[in-house]
Amino acid sequence: MPNSIKRGREKKTLRELTYAEAIREALRNALIKNPKVFLIGEDIGAYGGAFKITNGFLEEFGPERVRDTPISEAAIVGAAIGAALMGFKPIAEIMYMDFIPICLEQLANQAAKIRFMSGGKLKVPIIVRTQYSLGRAHGAQHSQFIPAWLLQVPGLKVALPSTPYDAKGLLNQALKEENPVLYIECSLLYRVKGPVPEEDYSIPFGKADVKKEGNDVTVVAISRMVHEALAAAKILEEKGLSVEVIDPRTIQPLDIETIMNSVKKTGRVVIAEDDHKTGGVGAEIAASIIENAFDYLDAPIIRVASPDIPIPFSPQLEIAYMPNKDKLIQAINALIKG
Amino acid sequence: MIKEINILPKDYLKLGLSKDKLIWMLKKMMEIRFFEEKVEELYLMKGLITGPAHLYFGEEAVAVGVCSALENGDLIISNHRGHGHALAKGIPIKEVMAELFGKASGTCKGLGGSMHVAISPERGSLFASAIVGSGIPIAVGVALAFKYEKSDRVVVTFFGDGAVNTGAFHEGVNLAAIWKLPVILVCENNMYAIGMKAEKAVALKNLAERALGYGISGVTVNGNDPVAVWLATKEAIEKARKGEGPTLLECKTYRLKGHGIYDQAKYRQKEEVEAWLKKDPIINFKKNLIEINVSSESDIQALENEIKRELEEAVDFAQKSPILPFEELKNYVYA
Repeated sequence: MPNSIKRGREKKTLRELTYAEAIREALRNALIKNPKVFLIGEDIGAYGGAFKITNGFLEEFGPERVRDTPISEAAIVGAAIGAALMGFKPIAEIMYMDFIPICLEQLANQAAKIRFMSGGKLKVPIIVRTQYSLGRAHGAQHSQFIPAWLLQVPGLKVALPSTPYDAKGLLNQALKEENPVLYIECSLLYRVKGPVPEEDYSIPFGKADVKKEGNDVTVVAISRMVHEALAAAKILEEKGLSVEVIDPRTIQPLDIETIMNSVKKTGRVVIAEDDHKTGGVGAEIAASIIENAFDYLDAPIIRVASPDIPIPFSPQLEIAYMPNKDKLIQAINALIKG
Repeated sequence: MIKEINILPKDYLKLGLSKDKLIWMLKKMMEIRFFEEKVEELYLMKGLITGPAHLYFGEEAVAVGVCSALENGDLIISNHRGHGHALAKGIPIKEVMAELFGKASGTCKGLGGSMHVAISPERGSLFASAIVGSGIPIAVGVALAFKYEKSDRVVVTFFGDGAVNTGAFHEGVNLAAIWKLPVILVCENNMYAIGMKAEKAVALKNLAERALGYGISGVTVNGNDPVAVWLATKEAIEKARKGEGPTLLECKTYRLKGHGIYDQAKYRQKEEVEAWLKKDPIINFKKNLIEINVSSESDIQALENEIKRELEEAVDFAQKSPILPFEELKNYVYA
């Protein structure tokens, strides 16, 4: 967090925004400042965005810069790539992360590899924004969080903001990037509020954020689970257990250094993630910890994740299905006792 | 309406083509043919080239006809069968050969290979995708950029008959249609998608008829005649530059060899191959140019000698070039 917030020197910078407003502000500033930026996606214009992030943009910037498309995910990303090759900075929106597989070809085979395959002649500085809706009773095809699918794609960067501050800072960084960036939002976080400076700032990729310091256990939490981890830490703190919460913020690149430094201090790690446990982001993080800090571990690494089951519709079943602070507390307690 | 274009040789010079341009076309076609023959030799007999090289043998008139209609500033997007596109667009033979050898002096520093050999933006060949159909939406984005810049540039995307059944084709062509983008959709209908015959894969006589479903122009042309291809491309480009949107240009041709260099294409009827050998674009174009007194046997022989000498030099250059140091690979992943 910049000093202006910590010191509160300027009243203006102390304002609170929601996660959705922070994203919206970064997008709007980009459209104002950079004529090469345009948005492209389904229902981003006339409808205002499926989650209203781009509401009013069509009126403000016009249909060329806020380009509504038919339902054609592959062509949305493909067209973004083509325009990026010509020096534009397209920001594509893929309405649900479940639809990423529809354009995965363009994202993984084309966008991520074009620079490499061309021997460095070309670059593809696109941003693909998407969101996951786990916890909103959207069923098995509109709730998925599948970031690990994208970990096997060298050439792509993957950012997952958990707070309004990070949302704006990471999006601003994505705007500066000369590489394709997948920017994954969490729809349950859209209304979460937090301090966001008015001025533009960016958060470097590959720099994890220690969301809360602690000495006994490290929780590496991704996206929404950062908030569950902070809630769990607060409860455990009252019982005398000091939990450190680390938010990697980007998983490609992954800041293993910050995680290792924490592990060296605590010796115990829980990974909290909304994706399926098998082959998830947590599996990669756990493997990296073992490779780099095995000698510092006092206990096995535990993952608190979604089960290897498609996401059920029934709201009650979905609540039972999702990882949360209680499951985290249980895991942390087991780790301490074990 | 689907338009079919066929041209008689006696009309070649009446269309506004100069003698020099016609000779350039023949030279480029021969360059591609000899190049592919050399690749076969290096691959099959000498083992100097490996990997899936998809030869352009028999389709030379398409790349040459299309590229001869382009102006400076126009771009092409190639595909996995791209040697012909690369040479027709003027990428030096030695750079193309070196890429096939996987050498640092190749168009993609040896990181792309045969299927991406036509990546040379500085020469107007922007990109080459090896995933069938996927270059189409990318070309749409390039055309969108041209539209944003209010320039009159156009982009050509080459794809085969196999690509018209992909989702990328459908999504891409539709976007180009609704936004009236300056993209020329060149379908090189060589009658086969590996072993799948086009007539079994599409229930239409001409693939250009697909255009009707998108509300764009569709043209079917004799893809073995570079002049017919040139004319059809020129017309499509004029429309595109005027803001009248894309054209689906089907060039009917034939893959005289297998899908890849390793494929002996035993799934084809002998009679079919023999019939197409009689329509060999290079033999016929030579005959036509001699017939209309644009060239002569001896002139053509001199051109052939020149190309063959250049090819030998290219092979020598490729063989002697170093590969990229392995430690440098990581520098090409992220900008």
